[in-house]
Amino acid sequence: MNAHISVASVKQSVVVEAPIERAFKVFTEDFGSFKPPEHNMLAVPIAETVFEPRVGGYLYDRGVDGSECRWARVLAYEPPDRVLLSWDISPQWQIETDPDRTSEWEVRFTAETADRTRVEIEHRNLELHGKGWESERDGVAGDQGWPLYLKRYADLLARKA
Amino acid sequence: MTVDSAQLASLGDPTRRAIFELIAEHPRSVAEITRQVSVSQSAVSQHLKVLRESRLVRSEPKGASNVYHIDPHGLGQMRAWLDRFWSKTLAAYKVAVEQPPEEPQ
Repeated sequence: MNAHISVASVKQSVVVEAPIERAFKVFTEDFGSFKPPEHNMLAVPIAETVFEPRVGGYLYDRGVDGSECRWARVLAYEPPDRVLLSWDISPQWQIETDPDRTSEWEVRFTAETADRTRVEIEHRNLELHGKGWESERDGVAGDQGWPLYLKRYADLLARKA
Repeated sequence: MTVDSAQLASLGDPTRRAIFELIAEHPRSVAEITRQVSVSQSAVSQHLKVLRESRLVRSEPKGASNVYHIDPHGLGQMRAWLDRFWSKTLAAYKVAVEQPPEEPQ
């Protein structure tokens, strides 16, 4: 048994030609317009993605049939410098209801000039998703969830091909 | 990143994707997979080797043959996936934010 799986954090950054206020506004208000389309845990297409602009709010998808998927909690909301959210999606590609088993992602906005902003994302504490992982590995984790996500992704690729 | 590209490359091949999807439905042996696709058993074995090396599937011995499952070590995969997810998200975000702002109402 691999009792320990070492995963650190994921870091990405981009520099955009936009003032910091706009960079923050577009990132939060329009998140649904640029997140990859295969990021959808609902059974139906997403009608809108809502980013509630306050601590304690949610980032959630609403499907065309009115169903909702609340997959991130807003942990810090500091316009125009920073937001911190949880990632309530398990490696099995299911909503994680135990907050102790969720990772978090921080987005920092830094003005490089009046019209240029650096946006950095750090998605960390991934290992928290692993609590109890070993006991799950021969259960639901085997052929559900995360593989279903991969399958959805493969389907999308196939449609484009 | 390496794992990520390997996984993407793995799924880029239509036959390999078909094999992966068969395994995603439920665990299967090489013989069972071969019956479902239009390539030879040795070609299937080659595809399985690639899928195994990119940690999309794993094999478990069962009797005289191996049964293939989706690799459940999702944490490593999750990390690789998140790398790609955020990179794609930020690239699309850059395009969105650099469009001329719409006049508010």
